[in-house]
Amino acid sequence: MNAARPLLEVRDLHVAYGGIAAVKGIGFEVAAGEMVCLIGANGAGKTTTLKALARLLPARGTMHYDGHSLLHRPPHALIGEGMTLVPEGRGVFARLTVAENLGMGAYCRDDRGEIAADLERVYGLLPRLQERAGQLAGTLSGGEQQMLAIGRALMSRPRLLLLDEPSMGLAPIMVQKVFEVIQSVAAQGVTILLVEQNARLALSVAARGYVMDGGLITLADSAAALLANPKVREAYLGE
Amino acid sequence: MDILIQQIINGLTTGSVYALVALGYTMVYGVIQLINFAHGEVVMVGAMVAISVIGALAGSGLPPAAILLAGVACAMPACMCLGYLLERVAYRPLRHAPRLAPLITAIGMSIILQHLALLVWSRNPLAFPQILENPVFSIGGAAISGVQMGIILLSCAMMVGLTWFVYRTRFGVAIRATAENVHIAALMGVDANRVIALTFVIAAAMAAVAGVMVGTYYGIAHYTMGFMLGLKAFSAAVLGGIGNLAGAMLGGILLGLVEALATGYIGEVTDLCRWPIVSGWLAERCAADGHVVLMGSNYQEVFAFLVLIAVLVFRPSGLLGERVAERA
Repeated sequence: MNAARPLLEVRDLHVAYGGIAAVKGIGFEVAAGEMVCLIGANGAGKTTTLKALARLLPARGTMHYDGHSLLHRPPHALIGEGMTLVPEGRGVFARLTVAENLGMGAYCRDDRGEIAADLERVYGLLPRLQERAGQLAGTLSGGEQQMLAIGRALMSRPRLLLLDEPSMGLAPIMVQKVFEVIQSVAAQGVTILLVEQNARLALSVAARGYVMDGGLITLADSAAALLANPKVREAYLGE
Repeated sequence: MDILIQQIINGLTTGSVYALVALGYTMVYGVIQLINFAHGEVVMVGAMVAISVIGALAGSGLPPAAILLAGVACAMPACMCLGYLLERVAYRPLRHAPRLAPLITAIGMSIILQHLALLVWSRNPLAFPQILENPVFSIGGAAISGVQMGIILLSCAMMVGLTWFVYRTRFGVAIRATAENVHIAALMGVDANRVIALTFVIAAAMAAVAGVMVGTYYGIAHYTMGFMLGLKAFSAAVLGGIGNLAGAMLGGILLGLVEALATGYIGEVTDLCRWPIVSGWLAERCAADGHVVLMGSNYQEVFAFLVLIAVLVFRPSGLLGERVAERA
């Protein structure tokens, strides 16, 4: 592996739904250990980009993860290589218990002892999940489901975590908790690509940011510079 | 009273078989929302293979239990291969087609399998060789045979085993996860094709055992036997709530009981001489014959479908099924 190469490298990515182009040739990169955010309005193409990366949507262009092309990989092959998506709307299995959901995160692993240790670690980070281990995930609150979705992703021992709108639909206090968890995951060295509508929040935790609009990346800069950018302040920070 | 107990015993026996077959319908529906109308034919092939093997070994002097076991041991892998082939050849290419296409294909596969069986085993029914002693025990004036007890106990054991597999093993959890959301399951590393194939194979294994049970119970197998049995088991799955495992078990047992009890009592209930409104009018015939029965036990096949209609009208989601709106 070439140390200078970014962990995730996207060039000229196009994604279309039927005949309608949703992502029109974007490029970005995420270096190992970095937290990068992708911000923009509803419908800008952020979620579409993540879905294309996770191979849930057909795409054209270049997508390299860890030096290998993602283009022709089946979606179920990626988690085993350390790339895990926490989908928009959380996507927990409502009819499985909390513990079973976490177990699904480790579905591709067969190192039982290590899985048990990771489960302890996840419970340590998210004690609420341990209290509710035997409960059906569908009975959890929205914030707890988001915690579960993140915990489940951590059970796969990700190197690159793709987070899609983790703050969506959550009460402000829950949003704060979710972002504390995200920051502590990043502090453990996990690379994170964060997609958020809440630009202020995303830029406050990420090192760099890309701004998407109409299927294109319109700005790319450090988070601090984007926070100070008058255009960003006006369009995305409501000032 | 003894007729009640007798019909309950008979109903539990056929109900156990319905439950095993209904589980196949409901599991496949759970993962790919397809009613596999060829599932009844898998049961038929199981019965045919088992009877052929048992017939070939009947004169060999092996102990009867070993011969029966050999029949099951051949029927199960044969049906599992058939289930896998059905999915791989007929349904997988249509995975992303409109839902009507695989449904019609399933009906087509049902017809094809029936006629392949006709070619292999001829149009004559195969008789189950009388290799087993079938001791009859008596419970409260009713009779239960060794075969009936075997069917009920083995069905229970298989249902417990399946429940354990689906709720306690890694693959079982993957099946349930795929049934709930195939895309999210893929994100967790679940290969949907493998899970779907596995589901068909498990369903077919249970169908094989059900086929051997039906063959042993009625002493006969025929290339068309899977059709009616399949439709009844499908009704049982709908009664319990399609897609729901416990529902299929409950629906199968209930349908068996309803069918047996209705068949047992329909003659009595529709005996016009028992109804004062018309018995005066029919006094002469009642005095001569004692009974004027409107409908007899030959109406047996009707009840499963009356139940199906009633469920579809009054509780379309089935007894244990969830409201469809919950999945929004």
